[in-house]
Amino acid sequence: MFESLDVSLVDWSRAQFALTAIYHWLFVPLTLGLSFIIAIMETIYVRTGNEEWKRMTKFWMTLFGINFAIGVATGLILEFEFGTNWSNYSWFVGDIFGAPLAIEGILAFFLESTFVAVMFFGWDKVSKKAHLVSTWLVAFGANLSALWILVANAWMQNPVGMVFNPETARNEMVSFWEVLFNEVAVAKFLHTISSGFLLGSMFVVGISAYYLISNREALLAKRSMLVAGIFGLLSSLLVVYTGDTSARTLALAQPVKFAAFEALYEGTEKAGLVAVGILKESDKTIGEKAVNDFVFRIEIPGLLSVMTGGSTEAFVPGIYDLVNGNAARGLLPVSEKMERGKKARDLLIEYKEARKSNDTRKAESIAALFSDKKFNEEYFRYFGYASLNKPEDVIPGVKVAFYTFHVMVMLGFLFILIFFLTLVFLFRGTLQKNKWFLWLALFSILLPYVAGELGWVLAEMGRQPWIIQDLMPVTTAVTQVSTGSVITTFILFAVLFTVLLIAEVSIMIRQIKLGPKH
Amino acid sequence: MFLQSYWWIIISLLASLLVFLMFVQGGQSMIFSLPKNELQKAMLVNAMGRKWEFTFTTLVTFGGAFFASFPLFYSASFGGAYWVWISILFSFIIQAIAYEYRSKPANVLGQRTFDTFLFLNGSLGPFLIGVAVATFFTGSQFSLNEVNQVKWGTPWHGLEALLNARNLALGLAVLFLARTNGLLYIINTVDDNELVERSRKKLGENSISFLVFFLFFVIVLLVSEGFAYDRATGSVAMERFKYLHNLLQMPLVLIIFLAGVISVLYGIGTALFRGSRSAIWYTGAGTILAVMALFFIAGFNGTAFYPSVTHPGSSLTIDKASSSFFTLKTMMYVSFIVPFVFAYIWYAWKAINRKRITGEELQEGGHVY
Ligand code: HDD
Ligand code: HEM
Ligand code: HEM
Repeated sequence: MFESLDVSLVDWSRAQFALTAIYHWLFVPLTLGLSFIIAIMETIYVRTGNEEWKRMTKFWMTLFGINFAIGVATGLILEFEFGTNWSNYSWFVGDIFGAPLAIEGILAFFLESTFVAVMFFGWDKVSKKAHLVSTWLVAFGANLSALWILVANAWMQNPVGMVFNPETARNEMVSFWEVLFNEVAVAKFLHTISSGFLLGSMFVVGISAYYLISNREALLAKRSMLVAGIFGLLSSLLVVYTGDTSARTLALAQPVKFAAFEALYEGTEKAGLVAVGILKESDKTIGEKAVNDFVFRIEIPGLLSVMTGGSTEAFVPGIYDLVNGNAARGLLPVSEKMERGKKARDLLIEYKEARKSNDTRKAESIAALFSDKKFNEEYFRYFGYASLNKPEDVIPGVKVAFYTFHVMVMLGFLFILIFFLTLVFLFRGTLQKNKWFLWLALFSILLPYVAGELGWVLAEMGRQPWIIQDLMPVTTAVTQVSTGSVITTFILFAVLFTVLLIAEVSIMIRQIKLGPKH
Repeated sequence: MFLQSYWWIIISLLASLLVFLMFVQGGQSMIFSLPKNELQKAMLVNAMGRKWEFTFTTLVTFGGAFFASFPLFYSASFGGAYWVWISILFSFIIQAIAYEYRSKPANVLGQRTFDTFLFLNGSLGPFLIGVAVATFFTGSQFSLNEVNQVKWGTPWHGLEALLNARNLALGLAVLFLARTNGLLYIINTVDDNELVERSRKKLGENSISFLVFFLFFVIVLLVSEGFAYDRATGSVAMERFKYLHNLLQMPLVLIIFLAGVISVLYGIGTALFRGSRSAIWYTGAGTILAVMALFFIAGFNGTAFYPSVTHPGSSLTIDKASSSFFTLKTMMYVSFIVPFVFAYIWYAWKAINRKRITGEELQEGGHVY
């Protein structure tokens, strides 16, 4: 029961999931951001009746369509992969996790796909107003789908609103609102969609810069830059703000992840925030895992304590404290959590045996424990620890977490600067004089993609070994198919998605070079 | 119990809408055989292309709703019959980009490749979905352990379903039904006499093939054993004529089934013999009714809807496979939005189909596939 499976099977299944998710995320943020930018442009067209704005809307819409199709294609796989590759997981938490996925389909995908059809084909078939409403609905639909999938993902990072049912051996939802308004979900949703807005804006600014560099379509380019520059500046500020909120929620929900991306080993008061740093493995170890030391760092003293606890006196636990425990701060060592997890698991086994031997009284008394609040807080919440081998298993890759986080944050501040400069040069009318800036803007299109993927790698790798924080490690979640099957599908997906990506980029570049229709 | 039945009805509804909407796939499967020239091909592709998202989204929602309401099915079937589902997914990935990219300059693979993608999705999609659904009646080889984790009985992980004649029959029936509906849809929405004529010519062979495979499947189904579930003891045992009994013991379902079959036949008849252009509405409604009825006899009246032939005790029933009461209830409230969803789909559909597709329209530009 809940035994850990073949390691290579787990690794390949993870690789497959990561591959498809990373590909999906290459297309999704542009959909999230560009849909709003298009809707704003069309609104200006409807308000002013100026045909140039319509031409712009249609041009960006063409690019939107090219990206949208491949986003849909990659998303389909993700949804079904929970079943095909993480079937044990799907049962253990399907009662909670399935609901947002279903709501996403019913509420969001239909909205989006229905009105996408009107948006593309309805120009001469519905009234101007109806068309505009459709375009806005596409934007809302896309962002609504992001909401539900992120609620699902956030629940895995911070499982709330459920209780374990020993009869069915799964977690069951008891509060939909707790799942929906989970603070990790709120932070994640806002951070993620604003990163999509940012990416969409950078895309529009960068391509417009290309037109200015090649002396074409100056009016279209400048107007596009105006819309995207403002939208981008606002969203980049929002990204930084919500990123900070995300980090704060993590300090509570996933303290090990938090300590890992700050590479904070020894918990302390007056903890400083590392702005830049380089890590190196040292000879010190925790269990069998090497400890990373800073070769170099620039630190802002006390800031980390202020951010997480509101004052410089706040204690921020480090990885040592979280693994070995710290009695003075009320932190349990992982070894103790493993014991408690085992106790919960043994009880489940006892329950199953009592059921088999028809010992109803015993079964019922155990079942009562599982819905008891105290038992849950002291034992069941560590259920997943029963499947760990060593305490240090709870430490994720510190280097990965540290670098992904810090590069993302630096890029975040860079984007604010770029959008700010865009607007400054635009208002001064000096864009075309500052060729260096136009080139910078063009190449910066790639950076939000990098930042976004790093963000996901941080969020997902930073929570290893858990698929559901503290309740289920990935090793017990995987479907029992042969490793060979998963390797085969991995290769199939890798080849197919790569070919499709190449086709997409090639079509996109050609459409940009062709430019808008006259 | 009410909630589980309610959700089984929603799942059946989604499945039946999916089968109807696979007229898009049916049309795609004829991309190389039906049109005589490039313009006709463009008309076929654009007629289907304006609707592909509906089919796709219905598939996605079907998956999501199944996950939310019967998670044990989701984990057992997708995890177990791995290869069947992966093949289905694969055929849909290549569809999603094919429309948008086929006629765009610099598409790297060339139009022929994207058209082949459409053909593959059009043929394999309906066929494999039909085969997968047939296992609801013919059973699969799997077992569940005490914490409901699935173990599949063959290393083929679902491909073994292709060796069963009944599964193949349903797969082919769904494929030919999709093609029949695809032809009727073209007759309904394309304004090109030659293409419409060609579609009519093909209608005969496709509808007859559909009827042959469908009747074979239904007749064998009604005379064969089924997986009866005893609610009191929770055990699953074989019962002779189980599905026939289900129809007779649930007269409403029998009526739905017959109404569906008659409506499909009537639709095909009016198109073939009276030259009707709106037959798609009859075959469409009939498809929806008949598929719903099939799902009802698979899941209701004490029947295991996802049976295991090797470990009958592991078979899934709507009681056993469902979500908790709380989740089903929450999801029921969500499902009240569905009529509203239908309403706006109806609006969008009508807006786009107001005028028939013509060659001129496609040459004018706009968003053309
Ligand atoms: C709804 C849930 C969900 C969502 C929205 C995402 N992921 Fe995830 N991700 C998982 C649920 C998940 C998972 C099922 O829980 C995995 C599989 C194995 C694991 O450890 O977590 C996972 C693994 C996983 C890994 C591998 C981690 C490892 O194996 O060490 C990476 C790199 C990503 N994901 C990246 C992403 C990206 C780029 C996403 C953006 C679309 C993304 N994830 C969205
Ligand atoms: C692992 C988790 C995910 C799953 C299972 C998933 C599932 C899907 C599916 C099935 C589709 C196709 C829907 C259609 O038919 O239109 C899709 C598209 C989409 N998804 Fe995801 N998705 C995941 C992650 C995300 C995330 C994290 C976001 C946003 C924050 C997101 C946003 C979107 C959007 C906006 C679309 C619409 C079109 C497009 O991709 O360009 N998805 N997704
Ligand atoms: C100052 C700037 C930023 C801060 C403080 C910040 C903070 C964070 C944190 C703490 C996470 C992890 C959340 C978790 O594990 O649940 C995260 C994730 C993420 N970040 Fe950032 N981030 C910043 C900038 C950016 C930028 C510029 C982008 C992209 C354009 C971006 C995109 C993402 C994405 C897509 C995720 C994954 C989704 C999520 O977990 O919310 N971030 N960010």
